[in-house]
Amino acid sequence: MNTHVEIEAPTRELSYAEAIREAMDIALGSDPAVVLMGEDIGVYGGAFQVTGDLVHKYGEDRVIDTPISELGGAGVAVGAALTGLKPIFEFQFSDFAALAMEQIVNQAAKVRYMLGGSVSVPLVMRFPAGSGTGAAAQHSQSIEAWLGHVPGLKVLQPSTPEDVKGMLLAALADPDPVMIFEHKILYKMKGHVPEGYYTTPIGKAAVRREGKDVTIVATSLMVHKALAAAETLAADGIEAEVIDLRTVRPMDRDTVLDSVRKTGRLVCVYEGVKTLGVGAEISAMVAESDAFDFLDAPIIRLGGAECPIPYNPELEKAAVPQMPDILNAARSLAKGQI
Amino acid sequence: MSTDRNDDSNIPYAIRTHTPEKLKDALRKMYLIRKFEEGAEESYTRGLIHGTMHLCIGQEASSVGTCLSLTDADKITSTHRGHGHCIAKGADVAKMFAEFFGKETGYCRGRGGSMHIADPSKGNLGANGIVGGGLPIAVGAALSAKRLGRDDVTICFFGDGANNEGAFHESVNMAAVWKLPVVFVCENNKYGMSTSIQRSTSVKSIADRAKGYDIPGVSVDGNDISAVAEAIDGAVARARAGEGPSLVENVTYRWRGHSKSDRNRYRTKEEISDWMARDPIPRFAADLIAHGILTEAELADIDAGTDREIAEAIEFARGGPDPDITQLTRDVYTETAA
Ligand SMILES: Cc1ncc(C[n+]2csc(CCOP(=O)(O)OP(=O)(O)O)c2C)c(N)n1
Ligand SMILES: [Mg+2]
Repeated sequence: MNTHVEIEAPTRELSYAEAIREAMDIALGSDPAVVLMGEDIGVYGGAFQVTGDLVHKYGEDRVIDTPISELGGAGVAVGAALTGLKPIFEFQFSDFAALAMEQIVNQAAKVRYMLGGSVSVPLVMRFPAGSGTGAAAQHSQSIEAWLGHVPGLKVLQPSTPEDVKGMLLAALADPDPVMIFEHKILYKMKGHVPEGYYTTPIGKAAVRREGKDVTIVATSLMVHKALAAAETLAADGIEAEVIDLRTVRPMDRDTVLDSVRKTGRLVCVYEGVKTLGVGAEISAMVAESDAFDFLDAPIIRLGGAECPIPYNPELEKAAVPQMPDILNAARSLAKGQI
Repeated sequence: MSTDRNDDSNIPYAIRTHTPEKLKDALRKMYLIRKFEEGAEESYTRGLIHGTMHLCIGQEASSVGTCLSLTDADKITSTHRGHGHCIAKGADVAKMFAEFFGKETGYCRGRGGSMHIADPSKGNLGANGIVGGGLPIAVGAALSAKRLGRDDVTICFFGDGANNEGAFHESVNMAAVWKLPVVFVCENNKYGMSTSIQRSTSVKSIADRAKGYDIPGVSVDGNDISAVAEAIDGAVARARAGEGPSLVENVTYRWRGHSKSDRNRYRTKEEISDWMARDPIPRFAADLIAHGILTEAELADIDAGTDREIAEAIEFARGGPDPDITQLTRDVYTETAA
């Protein structure tokens, strides 16, 4: 069943951060049960200025600065969600989810199931994620696969301003806990964003560019690197199809498999550590389906290096896939076939 | 002033208890910390350093006073605002700058950056990117000392904001129950990022937290190096005697924003300038001069000498080799001989 609302609305340019803020503004303005919670989201405006001035519009009772207490704060949000509020909980960095895993994984994700379906947890959590800011090992991780491994959670990685607004509003309309990973490098990225209320479906990938020669399935910031690579590939006569996965759990099987059946070649690009990551799941999905028979070459996974994110800028770049890596992978698959 | 050095309570504790050489070195370290921070800030502004950093300008007496009587065998765990702790515990500013510049010659071979500087050879177990991350680690270090029959003490630095992490409460309780040789040193600079202790913390003074764990807790003027040293010496003596942990609160203030992205919206200019008028460095220098420990000429030497030391350190750092990209995944695991 597809419950999302699609409407033709005028659009304008907003940054990714502004688009998130607009979604929260709409939610706060239209539903008194919605509250924002997090560290320094009030007068400070959030570590990445995402909540901005919302505290001035809605007050400290609805834009709630928590103490530096991730486990407790996340748990309070779970309890509030169980009992009538609809919290949007901001982690200052996704890495600090590690402190709150108990409440996210053991409580939020499982309570509905454990109680035989008698309750639900309409909770949204937002995680500024990813590397590229020189913040080193404890402030740069991509941990979507950790949470993607937990039945009961939905895990999103919107890559555009339009999607992040629509997916946040979809997450709020969803009765279950939804985790949204926002790549920090995307916050300043601008794009067209429809005005007013709309939702972007959870669990549906987007084909960002059509092509017949190779499928590139990418997540978050990697979508933009993949699109840049596709431009260059096109100049070589290789037509790449770029799929923005958008949701890690539940994963959109059909869009990926259809594309692989068409192109016969697959590159998965994601920033989280390669091993046991999102790309492993995508690859397995293909290997377990009839799309496997369409493959003309082995699948290539491009993921984060098997190490923490280092501080030195050159090492930091080397630790996650870059545009030339995508280019090389796609070229090697297409070699001699085009 | 003609007073017997061993006698009088008019003489500040530090001056009563330490040699002129030690005291002058303490002042030198305070200068070095201040200038290190200014040098780091300038390098950042000039685009020579990436990432972020948390400066401790204004808090020098807390770092140096706390470490004054420690030996290299004593341990510290530090925080994200850790440059002062490192220098107070004897770190080489050249290797610190090299780390900032992401060089192989830095304390962490360019892998860690500002938030992870450590120097195990001097008992510094490291700064931390996670608020509260060092608290249980300090308790573990104290457990080692006790079980292995060593008499070293561990000093655990943490901020006022960190006192609201579960890790704080769990750590203090274990240390108290097991009577471990650890001193919890809260640098209360009144804010955790933008959130004042009034808004985050249920007790007026962090030292009051000690009551809940039945350990001694004392709050001192953290801009008075002597007051800090006196409180710490008492707590360290108690720890070494096997009587268990204590909590010392150094009340101080950070002059700069929380990090490089702070717009100081949560505090007033007046508050900042009031605290700047309570600069711990000239205060200590004036005390040393008043008690005949230091001459104006020696003070000028310290000033010029630390300027030189910082300039040379930056020079050394900039000229150092970058890490080898092929070594990206080195040290993820310990390499063992096959
Ligand atoms: C677990 C965790 N939560 C949040 C942060 C982000 N953060 C870094 S420093 C800081 C404020 C810490 O305040 P305090 O402990 O008082 O130390 P101060 O910065 O004042 O020295 C915050 C919220 C973090 N690094 N780790
Ligand atoms: Mg503080």
